[in-house]
Amino acid sequence: MATAPRFWRENPSRYNLVGFKCNSCGRTYFPPRAICPVCHRKSVGKMEEVKLKGTGKVYSVTEVQDSLDELNLMKPYLVAIVEMDEGAKITGQVIDCDACDVTIGTPVRVSLRKLSEEGPSGIIHYGYKFVPVKEKAPEAQH
Amino acid sequence: MKVGIVSYGAYVPRYRITPEEIGKVWGVDGKSMSKGLMINCKSVPSPDEDTITIAVEAARNMMKRCEANPKDIGAIYVGSESHPYAVKPSGTIVAEAIEASPHLTVADFEFACKAGTAAIQTCMGMVGSGMVKYGVAIGADTSQGAPGDALEYSASAGGAAFLIGSEKLIATLNSTYSYTTDTPDFWRREGEMYPRHGGRFTGEPAYFKHIISGAKGLMEKTRTTPKDYTYAVFHQPNGKFPTRVAKMLGFSDVQVKTGLLAPIIGNTYSGAVPLGLSAILDEAKPGDRIFAVAYGSGAGSDAFDITVTPEMESYPRHKAPTVKELNNNLKFLDYATYAKFRGKIHLGSE
Amino acid sequence: MRRVAVIGIGDTEFGELWDESFRDIGIQAGLAAVADANISADKIDALYVGNMSAGRFIDQEHIGALIADYSGLARDHIPATRVEAAGASGGLALRQGFLAVASGLHDIVAVGGAEKMMDVSDIESAMIQSSATDQEWETILGATFPALHALIARRHMHEYGTTREQLADVAVKNHKNGSLNPKAQFQREITRETVLGSPLVSSPLRVFDCAPSSDGAAAVVLCPLEEAKKYTETPVEIIGTGQASDTLSLHHRKDICTMEATKVAAKRAFDMAHLTAKDVDLAEVHDNYTISEILAIEDLGFFKKGEGGKATEGGLTALNAEISVNTSGGLKARGDPIGATGLAQAVEIVTQLRGKADKRQVKDAEVGLAHNVGGTGATVVVHLFRRV
Repeated sequence: MATAPRFWRENPSRYNLVGFKCNSCGRTYFPPRAICPVCHRKSVGKMEEVKLKGTGKVYSVTEVQDSLDELNLMKPYLVAIVEMDEGAKITGQVIDCDACDVTIGTPVRVSLRKLSEEGPSGIIHYGYKFVPVKEKAPEAQH
Repeated sequence: MKVGIVSYGAYVPRYRITPEEIGKVWGVDGKSMSKGLMINCKSVPSPDEDTITIAVEAARNMMKRCEANPKDIGAIYVGSESHPYAVKPSGTIVAEAIEASPHLTVADFEFACKAGTAAIQTCMGMVGSGMVKYGVAIGADTSQGAPGDALEYSASAGGAAFLIGSEKLIATLNSTYSYTTDTPDFWRREGEMYPRHGGRFTGEPAYFKHIISGAKGLMEKTRTTPKDYTYAVFHQPNGKFPTRVAKMLGFSDVQVKTGLLAPIIGNTYSGAVPLGLSAILDEAKPGDRIFAVAYGSGAGSDAFDITVTPEMESYPRHKAPTVKELNNNLKFLDYATYAKFRGKIHLGSE
Repeated sequence: MRRVAVIGIGDTEFGELWDESFRDIGIQAGLAAVADANISADKIDALYVGNMSAGRFIDQEHIGALIADYSGLARDHIPATRVEAAGASGGLALRQGFLAVASGLHDIVAVGGAEKMMDVSDIESAMIQSSATDQEWETILGATFPALHALIARRHMHEYGTTREQLADVAVKNHKNGSLNPKAQFQREITRETVLGSPLVSSPLRVFDCAPSSDGAAAVVLCPLEEAKKYTETPVEIIGTGQASDTLSLHHRKDICTMEATKVAAKRAFDMAHLTAKDVDLAEVHDNYTISEILAIEDLGFFKKGEGGKATEGGLTALNAEISVNTSGGLKARGDPIGATGLAQAVEIVTQLRGKADKRQVKDAEVGLAHNVGGTGATVVVHLFRRV
């Protein structure tokens, strides 16, 4: 799979959901890009790094049976496109849940997990996955 | 300068397995194992979790509850006996994941189950000496027990993180005392997958001697007795040892109850006392005094005298899950799935 | 621009061709096309080869040179170009060949496509195929190529009420057509139950919703329309070509239930040919997954958005129905050697427009459309053909 430098380069986005905001049109994108696909050259010099909050809703989801080799221990696993609160859409696994609990519209939050490793003696790659958010019962404040 | 806890965060994976389920496979009476250890179930990490992901989750929960600027963190120390790498620190990934990088120092700690509390002591020194504004101490583990061995019933996964500082403290770390000797009760050689232990040798000359000496040393230093404390938490490799040592020292069941997590999560090794302390901080009120003694095989104990401050009134605990909340939404596994998750099944080579 | 005709077609069987190497199948298809064009090899001015990933399937890059060499054309030092756009490699190679003749730069051009997928393990093959999508932001996160199409299917079902059974009907129809095609990889009819009972790949898609991996090659020979009758009684003109791109990753699309690139590429081809979707008699569309055909027949303009499932269920895309879709059996039944597929579509359409499709002949076939997709819709190439 990915080699160490190729993976390491994207750590800010994979660990902390760093995307970018085009200050010309206000749209938020993930992952970062050199220019805004809508504003083109108008966006040069107007791009701002922005960290996504980490919450969003499931836009589409599938249960993967024929998995990638690295995910053999976890199959079947859920993969979803998540529409983040800021509008950007991100592809990732949905974990710590049963397939029946996740559907279009389920709210999720981001969590750092292992994505893969370059074999048992290789580098471990960490990145974002999504966990369904349960409605929290209001806690009694002391 | 007063030094103490500014914020804390905890994390325990949601998977569990019972001693009965483990015992079934090895022809052992799991029920009586469960009773003897005072462990009802232990936590199991998902295949995509490890000490680093647990440390990150705990540290992120810690940051969610406070206003501290991560760039003001001057040191991060992660204590564990199951760091994913033998060489390459867990702490650097935590540092990036909470955006504390790059102007800080990081190191990983090891001392069996007390690596996390050793990290707390180091942060106390770093902050108290004025070297850093904030230090982060994390104790986290995904310990393994050899298949069929007694430790398999208790070795579990979890961790907690503490932001140590000198301002806006929710709890002051009044004093700390440690007791250390060379006692080979439990060990793992480099490259070995599972630890080994000295059976009953791990009891009286190891756990009990060091916890009691640590506790007595601290009480002498602070001129306190058990009745001065609202809560007490001791290293908990199972539910039995801390219950017994508490009694031996003169602490009551009520004092020990809140921090006693082994019955529902097993032995989280470097996470054990940190998680117990988190559970206590989840409900402690201003003025409450906490007595904590961690134990690490090899051997040593770290003892802490802690007082909760009025700042705790306004501390936004609800911004991250409490230890109780982390024990909701559980999923119980059978032994086969547990073995698969823990890499105990020999997979075909490429 | 000059008008361009297809004067020769050739293809191998598609399937698990254990005895044949990459160069074997490439040459076989090429020689067949040249023979069909009644032309001598030294008349060929240029060669275009569509291939997605010989570098990873067989460790071989520099495919243009390889095919030129083994087809004997390297001795004449013809320009040989390899074209890649994942699944659209073949269609894109055809477009390059068309442009070369239309521009007047070359007169006789051979275009081939080939892929040898079976020499690597299933796991390796799946990884290579998924290199058509975004490695850094889709694959690494766990999204396999089928999973991405499953996400499309799930959303399409949610927005338009497309059913699991309607998806199955695509595969059933294509297998029925495949059973009439002696070169198809699968020539056995199946039922809805076959599809619905097959193992899950990525919900809701099952094994029978997915085109197979295949070895195979296909080729055509092009020349200026005004010279075509010199070589063949039955030239077919390429009257329109359209190409469009879109975001590499699925999550960046405006709407994952629509392949915008299909709509745009089709419009460009239709505008060039001065035709609309209504004028098309048969279409070879990119059904690497059953949901892909549903999207294709909507986005090409044959049916309204959201009605693709119903149309398929109602038999409107069957052989000699309202519009005959994938008479060859499609990628699903004819097979999908990735780089060859775009050319295989052209071979089928030319065969149909010549009236030579035998048991699967579309009556009075006059205009055909080929639709070739790369990735989950990041590249689409559409060609329109008309009987001369």
